[in-house]
Amino acid sequence: MFILYLALVFIGWLNIYSAVYNESHQSIVDFSQRYGKQLIWIVAALFLAMLTLLIDGKFYSQFAYLFYGITLLMLVAVLFTGKTISGSKSWFQVGGIALQPAEFAKIGTALAISKYLSIIEIDLKKPRNLLTVTAIILFPALLILLQDDTGSAIVFLAFVAVLYRAGMSGRLMAILVAIPMLAVLSLVMNKFILIGLLLVAAGLYYLYTQRRIQTIIALAVIYIASVGLVFSVDFVFQHVLEQHQKVRINVLLGKESDLKGAGYNVNQSLIAIGSGGVLGKGFLQGTQTKYNFVPEQSTDFIFCTVGEEWGFMGSVLVMGLFISLLIRIVMVAERQRSRFSRLYGYGVASIIFFHFAINIGMTLGLVPVIGIPLPFFSYGGSSLWAFTILLFIFIRQDSYRYELL
Amino acid sequence: MERIYANRKFIIIGLFLLVGTIFVARLFYIQIIADKYILSANNNVLRYITQYPARGLIYDRNGKLLVYNEAAYDLMVIPKQVKSFDTLELCSLIGISKEEFIDHLKKARNYSPFRPSIFEAQISRENYGFLEEKMFSFPGFFVQPRTLRKYTYPAAAHTLGYIGEVSPELILKNPYYRSGDYIGISGIERSYEELLRGKKGMKIQVVDVFNRPKGSFQHGKYDTTAFAGTDLYSSLDIELQLYGEKLMAGKKGSIVAIEPSTGEILCMVSSPSYDPNLLVGRDRRKNYVKLSQDSVIVPLFNRAEMAMYPPGSTFKLVDALIGQQEGVLGPDTRYACPGGFSLGNGKMVGCHSHQSPLNLRESIMISCNTYYCRVFRSIIDKKSFRTTREGYETWRNHVMSFGFGKKLGIDLPGELNGNIPSPGYYDRYHGKNRWTSMAIISLAIGQGEIGITPIQLANLAALISNRGSYFVPHFVKAIGSKDKLNEAFSTKKKSDIDPAYFDIVIQGMEDVVLSGTARASKLDSITICGKTGTAQNPHGKNHSLFIAFAPMESPKIAISVVVENAGFGAAWAAPIASLMIEKYLTRKVKRTDIENNMINGTLNSAAKVIDQ
Repeated sequence: MFILYLALVFIGWLNIYSAVYNESHQSIVDFSQRYGKQLIWIVAALFLAMLTLLIDGKFYSQFAYLFYGITLLMLVAVLFTGKTISGSKSWFQVGGIALQPAEFAKIGTALAISKYLSIIEIDLKKPRNLLTVTAIILFPALLILLQDDTGSAIVFLAFVAVLYRAGMSGRLMAILVAIPMLAVLSLVMNKFILIGLLLVAAGLYYLYTQRRIQTIIALAVIYIASVGLVFSVDFVFQHVLEQHQKVRINVLLGKESDLKGAGYNVNQSLIAIGSGGVLGKGFLQGTQTKYNFVPEQSTDFIFCTVGEEWGFMGSVLVMGLFISLLIRIVMVAERQRSRFSRLYGYGVASIIFFHFAINIGMTLGLVPVIGIPLPFFSYGGSSLWAFTILLFIFIRQDSYRYELL
Repeated sequence: MERIYANRKFIIIGLFLLVGTIFVARLFYIQIIADKYILSANNNVLRYITQYPARGLIYDRNGKLLVYNEAAYDLMVIPKQVKSFDTLELCSLIGISKEEFIDHLKKARNYSPFRPSIFEAQISRENYGFLEEKMFSFPGFFVQPRTLRKYTYPAAAHTLGYIGEVSPELILKNPYYRSGDYIGISGIERSYEELLRGKKGMKIQVVDVFNRPKGSFQHGKYDTTAFAGTDLYSSLDIELQLYGEKLMAGKKGSIVAIEPSTGEILCMVSSPSYDPNLLVGRDRRKNYVKLSQDSVIVPLFNRAEMAMYPPGSTFKLVDALIGQQEGVLGPDTRYACPGGFSLGNGKMVGCHSHQSPLNLRESIMISCNTYYCRVFRSIIDKKSFRTTREGYETWRNHVMSFGFGKKLGIDLPGELNGNIPSPGYYDRYHGKNRWTSMAIISLAIGQGEIGITPIQLANLAALISNRGSYFVPHFVKAIGSKDKLNEAFSTKKKSDIDPAYFDIVIQGMEDVVLSGTARASKLDSITICGKTGTAQNPHGKNHSLFIAFAPMESPKIAISVVVENAGFGAAWAAPIASLMIEKYLTRKVKRTDIENNMINGTLNSAAKVIDQ
């Protein structure tokens, strides 16, 4: 796992180097350029990783709530003393470094819910427990929303996987999954066609299962709720979403081609990645990223450099590395003896997966442009350190496993 | 409990793999199957070419072209796109040395490696021709067409003004302008900037990664058209202007001529002047530095509106009119002149020797100082005014209704207000209510703290010729086309003097030229009405002033001439004014001897000097 981590960080750095590469700056360690800075962050991250490993394993579970509390405080503080970057008031300026508490809040929340769910009598089928854990997740998410950083707030949805593994009702999970899918469908399709299809689906379900009154009632309730959802999605889309968010979604759905605004990013991204072909154009040879056609190409759109310069082979390799990391985390989580460690591991995997899926999905034009970084790859100290700490706490927990025996 | 849900791990792992597979499939599609992205990448560079519209042309009142545009070409560079190439070839094509090349490229890089900046400004048309053919072999460079201002005649520099690069402060205030744009800085170019500049357009071109233009982006859907600047038809008579500048060569001063019936400015000469073409093109900066640093003659300074002088004896006309309006003066009012006006403390306002006493008409012709000191006092000390202050205030209000003491509002930037001191000024200087008409007596003969601009003087001449009314003097007659008259200056303004009082003054002015102080400047065929003035100058020799209008019966031209440090008004200003009138009304000048004297004479000699 450690190896995977190192591999990802190194490749990530290489790509930042390429994305920012400028012929006039020849030295690798030029600290005025982003790749130089990222090198500093990486060294610091390794240092943090070591620190994390050195601390006693029990430390994390005992102080889980404390961490959570501290990150909450930071989230509140940043609303007052924070700096606004790119429209979100989510940064602390400390010396020459900008830190984003939202990234660290993910760690705090993962620790907190793992701790909470590891209490012996907890049964997530009881509404009270479910609500409590939801509150733990929502609190920081809402604070982050107040910072105007919708992307980071949405990440907290990832914790639902942890809840699922911890024993949340399967049906509830199914509903939670169905809702966004239905929402997407209602944006894509005509409302009335959709409602018609739902009706057909309900009818079929009825025909092929037990015809009990309960089924009919349940079916009817679900149907009405679905229709309600369809309309409310439409309403939210028209009246609640901000203009730029609407445009992004429309661009995604192909309804708009806002070539100068949101559509431009994705268009450029697709062009960059698409032009990579099978083998890519070669290191430092990406014309699109070299001439800075892809906006945010060292942060949110870092994957474009991979796609353009390493081609299909390289892209699949990188994705493979990520998936391997994720699967490995889950496997390691399963063999944990303590519930806290196991659930924490799922927390780590969920967060990393969510970032991975959304970020790469965005560069591939499958997901609307939501600004969240690609772990270990995107330029940025807060992001790299937060993910490093997130992961290494888990690695520590894993080694602690032996001590439990 | 855990075991029950342990199987869920498969669902979660399954989700990871599902997403991974979707991504791989998508990658496969866009990287391997779809061609369009590879093609798009190559065609992807959008180049924004600003379309600079032609700046409006400026014509004179007879349709002669005064200011026009000439094409120029800037060589632009995007440093990051520059790859190695035959630099010597480029250097020889545009005529710079290798060192200059390196220097320019470094400057461009410092500005921005990604954004285009000017590598070499204003390449000549010939060089452009050779260059354009070979542009493809110089990656990172392209040519942006510009226009330069050209002036047909080497005259009217102050009036027409000049254009220059817009300053960074102005760009902040007005985002229409970008760095490197041109804007009018003085004269008509500045005051009519918005009309002259038109509206920039934008053409978006698709250029491939190797800098070759591939056509317009989306068939020009996002292009905006440029709108050409509006042409201006000025009231300037360029022949008259050229003549005036010739007459004023070697002297400091100004000539302003107005058409009284409309307020249109026929000419505005400020001397010393310069050829406006000097401030155009590649030598612009060099020449500007030279001109602006000349603090002796200050050539960039428009004396006609930016210089203030005491009006001297020309101001007596104003007193004559105010006196009549206030009822203390009439055609037969006579004052004796014992050689001067006694100030009471042994000092005197001197006057030249002449017959005595004089009536109103004669006083103008002879320009008697004593007479006007008496008139002034009679106005200020009129019994119906309770204090001197009240009397002065009334007098001052009259004066200001002639257009003095504040800007006339001409359509050139930089006009001065002139100065008619406020009562408060004298209060502060002498103490409140502790001054009498004697303390300010020098105002009577246009000396002292009073200050007027030459354009205000010309306006006075026009006002008198119209018997009390005037139009704000302006340059631009029509906008866009000859028939679209400039409405902004069509309001008639009036002084607060009854028109009936003007006749006697005009008759006096006729006498001035026929047999009075300016009789050497009379014209045989045309009746000129004028008034001489000699403004005392504490720094040197007196300034020579003259105002006039002609012909008397239906005035077509009102003129003021100021020649600095030239002595008596009759010596230089009057002959020049007379020649200008002759030139304007008859288009030919017959009195070549006077003309030669004016052009070639230095300020030490003079034409026949008449006693003031």
